[in-house]
Amino acid sequence: MPPNSAALLAGGVDAGLARQVRRAERRRLFGMLALMAPSVVFVALLFAVPIALFLFRSIDNSEIRTYLPRTVEAMAAWDGQETPPAPAFGALAGDLRALGDSSAVSLLGRRLNYAMPGYRALILRTARNLPDPATTDIRAAMIAAAPQWGEAAPWAILKQQSGSLTSFYLLAALDLERGVDGAIHRVADDRALFVGLYGRTLLVSLGTTLICLVLGFPVAAVMAQAKPATASWLLMLVLIPFWTSLLVRTTAWVILLQNQGPVNKLLQWLGLIEQPLALIFNRTGVFIAMVHVLLPYMILPLYSVMKGISPTHLRAAASLGARPLRAFRTIYLPLTAPGIAAGATLVFVLSVGFYVTPALVGGPGDQMIGYFIAYLTNSAVNWGLASALGALLLLLVVLLYAALGRLVGFERLRVR
Amino acid sequence: MSETAPPIVRFAGVRKSYDGKTLVVKDLDLDIARGEFLTLLGPSGSGKTTTLMMLAGFETPTAGRIELSGRDITGLPPYQRGIGVVFQNYALFPHMTVGENVAYPLRVRGLGAAQIADSVVAALATVKLEGLADRRPAQLSGGQQQRVALARALVFEPELILLDEPLGALDKQLRERMQIELKALHDRLGVTMVYVTHDQSEALTMSDRVAVFADGRIQQLATPFDIYERPANAFVAGFIGESNRFDGRVVNRTGDRLVVEIPGGHTVLAAADGLAAHASRVVLSVRPERVSLDPAACDNRLKLPLESVVYLGDSSRLVLALPGGGDFMVKTGHSPIPAGLVRGQEIAVGWNGQDCRAFEAAG
Repeated sequence: MPPNSAALLAGGVDAGLARQVRRAERRRLFGMLALMAPSVVFVALLFAVPIALFLFRSIDNSEIRTYLPRTVEAMAAWDGQETPPAPAFGALAGDLRALGDSSAVSLLGRRLNYAMPGYRALILRTARNLPDPATTDIRAAMIAAAPQWGEAAPWAILKQQSGSLTSFYLLAALDLERGVDGAIHRVADDRALFVGLYGRTLLVSLGTTLICLVLGFPVAAVMAQAKPATASWLLMLVLIPFWTSLLVRTTAWVILLQNQGPVNKLLQWLGLIEQPLALIFNRTGVFIAMVHVLLPYMILPLYSVMKGISPTHLRAAASLGARPLRAFRTIYLPLTAPGIAAGATLVFVLSVGFYVTPALVGGPGDQMIGYFIAYLTNSAVNWGLASALGALLLLLVVLLYAALGRLVGFERLRVR
Repeated sequence: MSETAPPIVRFAGVRKSYDGKTLVVKDLDLDIARGEFLTLLGPSGSGKTTTLMMLAGFETPTAGRIELSGRDITGLPPYQRGIGVVFQNYALFPHMTVGENVAYPLRVRGLGAAQIADSVVAALATVKLEGLADRRPAQLSGGQQQRVALARALVFEPELILLDEPLGALDKQLRERMQIELKALHDRLGVTMVYVTHDQSEALTMSDRVAVFADGRIQQLATPFDIYERPANAFVAGFIGESNRFDGRVVNRTGDRLVVEIPGGHTVLAAADGLAAHASRVVLSVRPERVSLDPAACDNRLKLPLESVVYLGDSSRLVLALPGGGDFMVKTGHSPIPAGLVRGQEIAVGWNGQDCRAFEAAG
């Protein structure tokens, strides 16, 4: 026996051994990192970085500083009473003159219009009627060009919005705004939109999750208990929806569910209904289409958990005297809880972000937050607000996930 | 247990088929005496587990009836049978503590909390697991989990406990210790136990009676001693313990003594115990430990070439070649093997005719 192993047997620790183990561990770690590097770079460049950049837009406020640098500087010392001193008027005229006819004027106008309706018109009007730079009373000349400059409000808004970061979009996403006095208050009821929208989004997502659970649970249980050949057929049937484009499926629902569509025709022919049911362009249609799309996401985690539950557990319960319903409630249901938690989380998180399906099969009162994010991104080009809505949605989902995690344990929420 | 007392379990003409073509259990008639330890022993697919599952109520017989204490339970669901079952993989509920597992059968019976607590403590003490009530099954060793499963099957005081290869997943030493404990528990509680295993040493160690299953039928139902010493047929002789088997032709028969010609032209003496009178082609079976390397005192003597020597610690084994092909084993007990044996060397062996049983050859 070499002296080394004798020392080890006696409980002595070989210093060289620890080093060897560390080196081997390090080599293994580098190997793993090298294998994952391409996907990490891919995800970082195409997913994490764009999302971070877009999220930053919800607090980014560079327009005013970029377009009106001299005005911002000239207003720095203004106390907010009355109107700013004359140099501010001169700086504004100079800044607008420097922008000339470029699209920047209209971008600036749009940005300020978010904070105060009518601001866009004010900017455009001022830019069109800029006073002669040589004029002696620039203040009077500006007020002559656009009388609103004689009031404090446009200046106060301008100063308030001139920081490099802004809470404006995040407040707007919560139906809040900062008044001319700087205090935060709720927007007028007729303009309040987003809080209700978040509520509706959560409600529809919760409903979809519950319906998916009720429909998916028995299917998953049957699949888990079926013979392997039968189970693989069932699995394929469950997965078929994945092979069809979401858009095609949703459009198919539009045809199927309309008043003169096959579903209503069938129900009428069977004599179950007299008048066609309103199945589409309302909440019912949204639920039908969303459940159809999301059902596999509930079934698969449930199935994978149920497959791991040995049928002898139920046999054991029966042999110990538990009737089927009791055995289900006390044994099967608790054992499937991780699957329920994982499936419900998956379906809920996915439904929260839905927008194509509600847009196509829902009515005006069924649009979810995703629809408005898409609208603000693509049509209204208000990326700041779109990004704020997205950021709040993300925060909401994270908070719900954390709450659920605390409630049932995070290891149960993993999808296996 | 008295022979005249009514059986606790009676199988009457029970058959089971899964596919409608082959019978897994063929016309089973079996009486299980109250208080006995009965082992159903057989290779996999012999029908022993199906028999147990039908008794537990998890499988329904295709035909026939099963009675428990004189009551027909053929169609009764398992939760109304009141039979304790210990499963192969314990089937402990992983989301409950040990205490909750053991309390489960009492809770579904709607017993009071105080009574449940007392019974659980008593049941855990019976299986020597005091103080582990708050653990989760996953925190216990295999042997401990097995004890919990046993406690859970005992706690509601069933008159019948079924055990489906309960020790199969344990290592050899633990298995042997559990066998002794299980038997002691059976003797102490006086409960009827039906035990399924494919391990013949387990069956011999613990049972009052052993039912050897093969091919959907009970081949022999007898005490461990009779199963080993007086196997009813060639299958039982081959399945229980080791045996040397060779074909032969009956040359002469006087009472229970046969003279049989074996391949190679030798004639040997054998016991005809239970052999049909007309039988001519037979299978002879002799246990390796009944073969002596000192043939002088034996009825039957042979010289066979040596194949190999296997040292087993508590004994040694010589493998010899039979003239008609096949091996012939000799187990030496504690007597030393002669030194300097070489492969191919002729070894003189012998055994007594009464240790050599003859069975009718199949076909």
